[in-house]
Amino acid sequence: MIKINNLTKIYHTPTREIVALEKVDLEVEKGEIFGIIGLSGAGKSTLVRCINMLEKPTEGSVIIDGTDITGLTSRELLSARQKIGMIFQHFNLLSSRTVFGNVAFPLEIAGLTGGKIKDRVGELLDLVGLSDRAGSHPSQLSGGQKQRVGIARALANRPKILLSDEATSALDPQTTGSILELLKDINRRFNLTILMIAHDMNVIKRACDRVAVIDRSRIVEVGKVIDIFSNPQTAVSRNFIGSVIDKEVPEHLLQCSNRQRPGTITRLIGVSFIGDSTGKPLISSMIKKFDVDANILYGNIDHIKDIPFGHLVLELTGEPGQVAGALDYLCGFGLEVEAIDSV
Amino acid sequence: MFDPGAYSWMAEKVLVATWETIYMVLISTSLSYIVGLPLGVVLVTTADRHILENRGVNRVLGYIVNAVRSVPFIIFLILIIPLTRIIVGTSIGTAASIVPLTLAAIPFVARLVETSLKEIKWELVEAALSMGANAWQVISKVLLPEAMPSLSLGVAITAINLVGYSAMAGIVGGGGLGTLAYYYGHQRYENDIMWVTVIVLVLLVQLVQMGGDALAAKISNRRR
Repeated sequence: MIKINNLTKIYHTPTREIVALEKVDLEVEKGEIFGIIGLSGAGKSTLVRCINMLEKPTEGSVIIDGTDITGLTSRELLSARQKIGMIFQHFNLLSSRTVFGNVAFPLEIAGLTGGKIKDRVGELLDLVGLSDRAGSHPSQLSGGQKQRVGIARALANRPKILLSDEATSALDPQTTGSILELLKDINRRFNLTILMIAHDMNVIKRACDRVAVIDRSRIVEVGKVIDIFSNPQTAVSRNFIGSVIDKEVPEHLLQCSNRQRPGTITRLIGVSFIGDSTGKPLISSMIKKFDVDANILYGNIDHIKDIPFGHLVLELTGEPGQVAGALDYLCGFGLEVEAIDSV
Repeated sequence: MFDPGAYSWMAEKVLVATWETIYMVLISTSLSYIVGLPLGVVLVTTADRHILENRGVNRVLGYIVNAVRSVPFIIFLILIIPLTRIIVGTSIGTAASIVPLTLAAIPFVARLVETSLKEIKWELVEAALSMGANAWQVISKVLLPEAMPSLSLGVAITAINLVGYSAMAGIVGGGGLGTLAYYYGHQRYENDIMWVTVIVLVLLVQLVQMGGDALAAKISNRRR
């Protein structure tokens, strides 16, 4: 759907050159929700603006649905942009227009008139649940409602792609959740490709299928969100994940390994499980099969998009052979098992 | 001392002069916006990184606007008398005053409009561009409507300035309250006329300002 090749963006200031993007390659599939995460200034805003040419790339190409949009004439670009919706952190609604007028705006741009505009705006407001606010002005709406108007406006011309520029960053956590659910719903219903930039891994975790991590103008890691969470390859990714999932076991828990019987050993292990295995009673079946005591010191289960993802810290006590067997048993289910040094 | 005849004569003079002033201000304000508004839009949109970025046009217009604005109005008035004669055929009277008033107000209006439009957040322009809006649509559907409260205050400021300028034009025979105050009040030492003129000018300015404020508030309130 979107294919970005060797994209470079350099800003020239009177005193120096600022490289905002450096040789970025990226491919976004049709119908997926693709996240781009990075710290402020990493280049993610520039990247998303190169996709609808609000920023003109210095080098490289952006191919959307087979068309290289960097090679379009300015007239062609205007109609291409009608098929790329965009939503913004601060909503960017026109205060001079009502909710209806704001959603009608892109339709007017596309050359629609009277009755057609009215029908389409009605559909869109229905979609985002704001049919009763058509006559309100943006200043009368809450942040979440404003973003819903933004979403309705972005979808007006039935775009192929929706670009989201930190669309939930100015919202409280609860509203963020409802906006992300709306975006996921729209993605499913219309098979709409969504490219979402965020600095908050929670947003990526809840909504995205795949993610690219951008750091200092470069893409450093791309993959399924679940893979990046379970096995991050770079320090930047680990930092982002650390902000969401706390794998660090509190120290006082590590100190309570005490019930040592003669001839037994105690092992502290971390177990990570993803998807299907979350639903199975693996720990209890392990205890039945092997003569070990399992003490759960710490655990959490989270969801990445809709896939459960969990982490447990277990204290296994038993004869060395039994403990080793239990560990192999767990590994056999595809769980990721790691030893933790006890204090 | 009290002579009703003298006062009704004065009342008539003041009324006629007030109407002449209002007429000059209305016409020159309207004409100056016909040219100044597009000029202000061009000043904003041809600036660096804006929708019609054009450094040459922006610089040249900026210099012209600054040059005209830096000439004191009383000098400007005399300076363009030949031009006024070409346009209206005479250099005295209200019609003749409208020429220098309008020409002096155009660059002033352009800067006011520029300032109003610059208050509009770039993000709104960017949002419109992302939807495929062209430059004309950005100007007519985003910049001007969004800036409307501020633009209407600008109209009031322009009209008030022109009330003052028209009085100056009056001194060199431009008609209106300026002429009245100068000929009768100053040269013939009729202090009554002088004071009445001042009071009428103050009221006029108050009314224009209140009108502008009310209009801006009305537009803003409708958006609240």
